Amino acid sequence: MIQFHNVSKEYQRSGRALAEVTFRLHKGEFAFLTGPSGAGKSTILRLAYFEEWPTSGEVRVSDLSSKEIRTRSAVAKLRRKLGIVFQDFRLLDDRSAEANVAFALEVIGTRRDQITPRVNRALSQVGLAAKLKAYPRELSGGEQQRVAIARALVNDPVVLIADEPTGNLDERATRGVFQLLRDINTAGTAVLMATHDLELVRSTDYRTIELDHGRIVYDSAESRPPAAGRLGELT
Amino acid sequence: MRIAFRDALFAVRKAPLLSVLSVMTIAFSLFAFALFGLVAINIKRALEGVEERVEIRAFVTDGTPMEELANATAEIARYGEVQTAKIVTQAEALARARKELGEFSDVFEEGVLPASIDIHLKPGARDPRTVGAVAARVRTIPFVDDVRYGEEWITQLHRLRNIAGVTGIALGLAFAVVAVIIIGATIRMTVLARSKEISIMRLVGATDGFIRSPFLIEGFAKGIVGGLFALILTWIAAAVLEHYLHFRAFFFEDRLVLFGLAGGALIGLMGSGYAVGRHLRRI
Repeated sequence: MIQFHNVSKEYQRSGRALAEVTFRLHKGEFAFLTGPSGAGKSTILRLAYFEEWPTSGEVRVSDLSSKEIRTRSAVAKLRRKLGIVFQDFRLLDDRSAEANVAFALEVIGTRRDQITPRVNRALSQVGLAAKLKAYPRELSGGEQQRVAIARALVNDPVVLIADEPTGNLDERATRGVFQLLRDINTAGTAVLMATHDLELVRSTDYRTIELDHGRIVYDSAESRPPAAGRLGELT
Repeated sequence: MRIAFRDALFAVRKAPLLSVLSVMTIAFSLFAFALFGLVAINIKRALEGVEERVEIRAFVTDGTPMEELANATAEIARYGEVQTAKIVTQAEALARARKELGEFSDVFEEGVLPASIDIHLKPGARDPRTVGAVAARVRTIPFVDDVRYGEEWITQLHRLRNIAGVTGIALGLAFAVVAVIIIGATIRMTVLARSKEISIMRLVGATDGFIRSPFLIEGFAKGIVGGLFALILTWIAAAVLEHYLHFRAFFFEDRLVLFGLAGGALIGLMGSGYAVGRHLRRI
């Protein structure tokens, strides 16, 4: 599904962001990316949706390799198979919830008669069937994030990439959004979620990949206990 | 395409002030260019009017048989550079001189002025070199006594025409470049105003072509509307000039009007294409 093989990423100004990162997210898997700010979580996600390319190593997503995929149109096609969710929701403020979700279908040329039923289904899935016509400013943070998730889901992605999706939400909204992500995963979609929220991480037995200074310092899939000062101590 | 049109319309409705601003910027930039064009066209027309007076007059020896004169005139009329060649008899020359000189008309007596062949050249053949070449050729005709064509005057006129032409092209290009830069900057503002939308389009898998299309439609439409406004403003300016300066100003021919509108549309289209393309390369 998503595979990082010895991936390093260096920026001209800020230096190294990732160092020889290797991991694989399997089909239908749920994995957290954790670690302090600047650890490289968002860099991994940006590499996973080909917003950036590794300085060395290889990223493979749904059988497409960073070594082969170069054109923007190829990236666009790949992103149609991914769902991407951000901390700041990234909704269009001047469009209703329905229009925001439909937008994701329109831009990829989905037939008109298919758009409405798919939008309704996605919004129902996230529990917002009653707020189709609401504008983002009329929705709470949690609801806005649900709209963003509906937009990410409407194309039936193979993997959902979520960058701190609960970062702007209160505890109750966080639980709701996280439960939604779990449901999505249960339905078969792989989820790669970056988060600071260690309580959330501890509350499940999902795979956890912990980063520090651009390196993977702990991966629960490898059954190594967290190193001192890592996940365990941070809690 | 339907979505591109809808999004273009949506963008205009979403930011009407910005849309009006960009249309007005296009309109005033094209208006400045069109005003300059109007002045240039009127200067060109005025110079063409003066140029029409360029004439070669070949005076012939007294007593030249009319048949020979007619043959030579027909021969001259066949020159590629010549528009008309006409015999002016001694009597006609006298009548013309008397008419042109008015109160001094009785200075001339019959038989004083020689007959001549008056030659008008085609447009484009009125430069000093061509006029001189035709005059030299006419001079070789045996019964032609003298050939006059106001060599110095034609040279000055040609120089003036060249200066006007070069200045016109240079200023025209400068106006066009300034117009394109201003229009480009305005369109860039509309692109930046929608940068969030563009980045979301990218995230959900829109191709660059899809992202570009509403901007291109918007730019094209704004260019046409701006061009129309510029045309109306120019027409008003020409009418005002005519009214206050009391001269008959030439307005653009229909094909130039169409060319201007197409130019506006093209600037809008290319400006949008460039601005959104540049933005897409950066994000």
